[in-house]
Amino acid sequence: MNEIIFKTEGLAKTFNRRKIFKDISFELKENSSLAITGKNGSGKSTLLKILSGILSPTRGSIEMNIGGKIIRHDSYFKKLGLVSPYLQLYDEFTGQENLELFRDIRGIEATDNYIEDLLKLFKLWERRDDFVRTYSSGMKQRLKYAFALLHNPSILLLDEPRSNLDAEGIETVYKIMEEQKKRGILIVATNDSEDIEHCEQLIDLNKQETSGK
Amino acid sequence: MRESLAATLTIFKKDLRSEMRTRYALNALLMFVITTLSIILFSIGNENVSPELLSGVLWIIIFFSTMSGLSRTFVSEEERGTVMTLHLIAKPLSIYFGKLLFNLLLLGGLNIFTVLLYLLFVSGFTVLNYSIFVTTIILGTLGLASGSTIIAAIIAKANTKGTLYPVLSFPILLPLLLTVINATKLSVSGAQFSESFGEFQILISYLVVLTAISFLLFEYIWKE
Amino acid sequence: MLLKLLLGLWLTLIIIAGFSFPITETPTNWYDLPFVPGLEDKARIIFFHVPMAWVTTLAFIISLIYGIKYLAKKEIDHDLISSSSAGLGLMFCILATVTGSLWAKFTWGSFWNWDPRETSIFVLLLIYGAYFALRSAIEGEEKKATLSAVYAIIAGITVPFFIFIMPRIVEGLHPNEAIVSKGKISMNRTMLVIFLSSLSGFTALFFWILNLRVRTERLEHKQSLKGD
Ligand SMILES: Nc1ncnc2c1ncn2[C@@H]1O[C@H](COP(=O)(O)OP(=O)(O)OP(=O)(O)O)[C@@H](O)[C@H]1O
Ligand SMILES: [Mg+2]
Repeated sequence: MNEIIFKTEGLAKTFNRRKIFKDISFELKENSSLAITGKNGSGKSTLLKILSGILSPTRGSIEMNIGGKIIRHDSYFKKLGLVSPYLQLYDEFTGQENLELFRDIRGIEATDNYIEDLLKLFKLWERRDDFVRTYSSGMKQRLKYAFALLHNPSILLLDEPRSNLDAEGIETVYKIMEEQKKRGILIVATNDSEDIEHCEQLIDLNKQETSGK
Repeated sequence: MRESLAATLTIFKKDLRSEMRTRYALNALLMFVITTLSIILFSIGNENVSPELLSGVLWIIIFFSTMSGLSRTFVSEEERGTVMTLHLIAKPLSIYFGKLLFNLLLLGGLNIFTVLLYLLFVSGFTVLNYSIFVTTIILGTLGLASGSTIIAAIIAKANTKGTLYPVLSFPILLPLLLTVINATKLSVSGAQFSESFGEFQILISYLVVLTAISFLLFEYIWKE
Repeated sequence: MLLKLLLGLWLTLIIIAGFSFPITETPTNWYDLPFVPGLEDKARIIFFHVPMAWVTTLAFIISLIYGIKYLAKKEIDHDLISSSSAGLGLMFCILATVTGSLWAKFTWGSFWNWDPRETSIFVLLLIYGAYFALRSAIEGEEKKATLSAVYAIIAGITVPFFIFIMPRIVEGLHPNEAIVSKGKISMNRTMLVIFLSSLSGFTALFFWILNLRVRTERLEHKQSLKGD
């Protein structure tokens, strides 16, 4: 098992001179999990975008260290997966085409079997040849999970993990969260108490402190 | 390095397949060229227009058709919100070069179409030196694709994308446009190939400089 | 305060001298200006037009340098300087274009002739215009700063191409060929002194206004931070 360290120091984000949050510091090792909570607009989604390297922080730094090697910022995407309401997949391609496309762009070895497994896990196998534009919102959310897990990320970031999912879907998500903790690091942005229970650590953006639970 | 190259090619193929399915850019572009050309034919009528002037007109069509279609690759990602997805699967440079390649293909095809129609239908436009003419079209297409791709990346992040595109592109593309027009004039006036070396030097250095600077700056545009 | 008065006085003297010193065929007195065939009294424009064109270029370069600094450090203060300088550059660019084309009307017969230098100033005008069109179309301070800096750099890189392109397209009409003949400046000492004083005066004026603008912008910035 590779050693994984994911830590931040003094992260702060300002949008148009409006301070969203400041001084977010934490350190996570493999097999640990973190829940990020806070009111609507407190910056949970923004923090996840910064952690996944999509947005730059106004201040502070992030360090990702896997197996003793520091990962360059422009390669974060290889090591992490993100599910977020802001994520959109390609409407004009089918579910399966989307996954194959992401596999090819990433240049990873995910076999067709693995894609099949993911599609079956998320109950999309029957609809794999339909265009994503025809999917329901819950189906799109499921496909985002397949997208995020395609490359077996060391770090999995979930923003509002349950959105649009039915009871069965939520079960699957919890199973994935548990597996991720065994494999690497899990970070969840949520205000749902059941989601929070799956995580060991907690950051409340309205209180701005890390606490063990 | 090899990895990035593969990602570049896959992104290019993705855009190509997406374009084949949706025909967002292509149909509109072809119609644009046909419409513009017919307006020009109507206004020429039976007049005798010098081939030098017609050289300029050709590039006006090419410039405006570029402006009407080449921003699509970036704008559509931004409008549909798939930018974030791209962030999560590839390095900025693979994305830039993938898009550049796609724009190059699109513009190349479009320019072949435009030039053929122009040669066929605009009777006053007779090329005397085809080696100058073809070289100019090729170098012009390359430079135009390079310049308009990086500007497309910028305007995709702005609010008023459509009108802003030609406004931002024109000053950047002007050196290129002036030079290709000049070289096209040479090709219709029957100059020797060596007489247009100066123009070709400018076009090649323009292409190299612009692509290099785009390569260096794209990351700043891409990452917010 | 004193500096401001001095600068005002300096520029006033230049304007008076530039307009009133007589032009003679054989300059003898210290205040005589040389006669340039074909330009005559119209040569006086050099005292105003050239410094404006120079400030236009200077402002663009400063804007470019601070744009690059912003990209490197992401400090919004650098963008503030960069955009303020561009704003002034736009103003001086308009002035240079107007003075230039007024002069062209009386010398070459039309307001616009696509002389290489006219073209470069026109291109700068387009770039400045595009720069501000871009800024006003972007929401978000950081995004605005980043994208406009990137645009300024790309635009700045293409400008030098005109140096090679324009001579191939039109023959120069611009009178620096007349005044700066074969590398030797045929201004007499008086003309040169007024010209250089004007150049430095306008440059100082530019830096003074730039300083004012940057300071007001900084105050506004602070104010809006407190407002939250
Ligand atoms: N691109 C942007 N430009 C300006 N402000 C933004 C931008 N994105 C987010 N914000 C602001 O940042 C703040 C945090 O937004 P964010 O989406 O991170 O909140 P959140 O905690 O995820 O909220 P929710 O619980 O509703 O999902 C909000 O005030 C929002 O208005
Ligand atoms: Mg959110």
